[in-house]
Amino acid sequence: MVVRRRPQRGHRYTESPVLQLALQGWRSRTVGLLLMAAFLALVARGFYLQVIHNDFLQEKGDSRYRRDIEISASRGKIVDRNGDMLAVSTPMKSIWAIPGDARTMNAPQKRQLAEMLDMNVRELDGKLASDKTFTYVKRQVSPETADRIAVVKFPGIHQEKEYRRFYPTGDMTAHIVGFTGVDDKGLEGVELAFQNSLFGRPGSRTVIRDRRGSIVEDVGATKPPQDGKDVRLALDSKIQYIAYSQLKEAVEKHSAKAGGAVVIDARTGEILALANWPTYNPNNRERLSGAQLRNRALTDTYEPGSVMKPFTAALALERGKVRFDTVINCAPGRMTIGSATISDAHPHGALTVAEVIQKSSNVGTTKIALGFTPKEMWEMFDSLGFGQAPNLGFPGEVNGRLRPWKNWRPIEQATMSYGHGIAVSLMQMARAYTVFAHDGELMPLSLTKIDEAPPHGARVFSPQTVRELRIMLEMAAGPEGTAPKARVPGYRVGGKTGTAYKIEGGVYAKKYIASFVGIAPISDPRLVVAVMIDEPTAGGHYGGDVAGPVFSQITGGALRTMGVPPDAPIQVAEAASGKGKL
Amino acid sequence: MLRFNMILLLVVVICALGVVTSQHRARKLFQALEAEQERVRQLDVEYGQLQLEMSTWATHPRIEKIARDRLHMVTPDAVGRVIQAQAPIKKGAR
Repeated sequence: MVVRRRPQRGHRYTESPVLQLALQGWRSRTVGLLLMAAFLALVARGFYLQVIHNDFLQEKGDSRYRRDIEISASRGKIVDRNGDMLAVSTPMKSIWAIPGDARTMNAPQKRQLAEMLDMNVRELDGKLASDKTFTYVKRQVSPETADRIAVVKFPGIHQEKEYRRFYPTGDMTAHIVGFTGVDDKGLEGVELAFQNSLFGRPGSRTVIRDRRGSIVEDVGATKPPQDGKDVRLALDSKIQYIAYSQLKEAVEKHSAKAGGAVVIDARTGEILALANWPTYNPNNRERLSGAQLRNRALTDTYEPGSVMKPFTAALALERGKVRFDTVINCAPGRMTIGSATISDAHPHGALTVAEVIQKSSNVGTTKIALGFTPKEMWEMFDSLGFGQAPNLGFPGEVNGRLRPWKNWRPIEQATMSYGHGIAVSLMQMARAYTVFAHDGELMPLSLTKIDEAPPHGARVFSPQTVRELRIMLEMAAGPEGTAPKARVPGYRVGGKTGTAYKIEGGVYAKKYIASFVGIAPISDPRLVVAVMIDEPTAGGHYGGDVAGPVFSQITGGALRTMGVPPDAPIQVAEAASGKGKL
Repeated sequence: MLRFNMILLLVVVICALGVVTSQHRARKLFQALEAEQERVRQLDVEYGQLQLEMSTWATHPRIEKIARDRLHMVTPDAVGRVIQAQAPIKKGAR
């Protein structure tokens, strides 16, 4: 092969000077620098966004998969002293809607939803007509119904968890337990008084959700929910039931307007039962009247009448003004102080102090009371807790009315000695009687169960005075006293009746409040029971006839429930107990 | 040198895959935990409902009604009643 070499003349093509396009050096450098600067700017911006000022993007990112979830906490239970439920919360669902979205439902869907919720379609349409972005369709729907609704997936219909409070014992304990509003806030009774400890504080957690909405990871700190604490009341639901049913029966039997009953443990000051009539069902609070809602035993005052007499006698014994068997002339059953006349329902002749209490003589009590200075009497009333709220922390408890002694007139001092011109609540009266049950100490009351040693009360009377008073109280509830119907088979009981006129518009009307407050058993008191019946109109109006039998039934039932051995000298009971003193 | 780099690259890839799998497993386990916790909550709710139901069945008015009407029970007279004192005597008794 012949290789022809190129002639070596001229320039090679690539070296042709015509094609020498040499750029000026500064131009290429400028472009390079500009590009570099643009890149630097991008890097700087990136650095700024990602590192220095990253909140905004972080937030945008988080909002796509991070969620804060509330962890709900339940409200504490209210139980009685034996752990029986009185109030308990259980989860329910509330069904809510975004009305704009929900209006896209077609007619059959609407009918189906309305049927599931137990509403009619027009009602449902009414709720959805709202121009707000949120409306409750129905609250407190049972979880089963809510699940069925969730399956159907109605447009614009959503659910939310909430709690509903149930009261298994219903109307029986309505006044003491009270109730809550829709937002789990106590409105009445113990629910209100113990709101702070019953209330559960919801917690929260931050989580990452995946595309399907299920939680895949916990991020950040979780705040655990704090469930509300349970409240254990001193109430004994058995005794409460006895008190409630007996009171209800008596109010109906005597066609009375209202009534109240209180049972207190004499040793500890715990409130074992508190019943009122009329009452209401806390599970269904439609059409409630104020009369039903009132916790009369704590919030209403009345003039107690003769129930007050034992205190007058006790003060006289304490001060040594009289002895147990000092004879007082009560004839002729009337006496005049100033322009007023005090009279006895049944005239008596000469009575001992014990008989004055037994027969409930107004004249006798007045004669005893006029031996005191007003200050002395006021101080006794005050130390018995009259004129001051019982301090239970219960909403609406009243002070009662005890006027300052400086402007007492003699007639007022006289009427106060037998319980007129002084107003007390039934709870105050029951509490005052703890001095007779507890060797002269006025017990502080407690709504909640006392587990440690019971507290000591302030001493009002000496044990000797109290011993004598107990005998008088037992006489009053005996065959010769004013309340033979208050007796309890198998037990020795004592107490005092009260039949007081009601004040209406500043004058005494011919309407009565029949009451009985007593202690049992007399040999070693365990209970103080107070019963009050407002305006009995049928079957008598005397405390002994109306309130006495209720006392007897409640006390008998309560003593049996508590397993207190009988102390009455009945042959069978004595042979059975056989263990000596009780 | 090149071979060493390749080995390192391989190790890095394996580690990365390991991270992915363990993350996946962690999420699986977490979901299982969530499900169990949800079950705990549901059982709690059910327990509460059963307690409520029990106390509704056991209300004193209902018991008394059944005792009197269906079982024809009566309260014994005081005469025929024997009360045994609790032994040992409860704290607080005198």
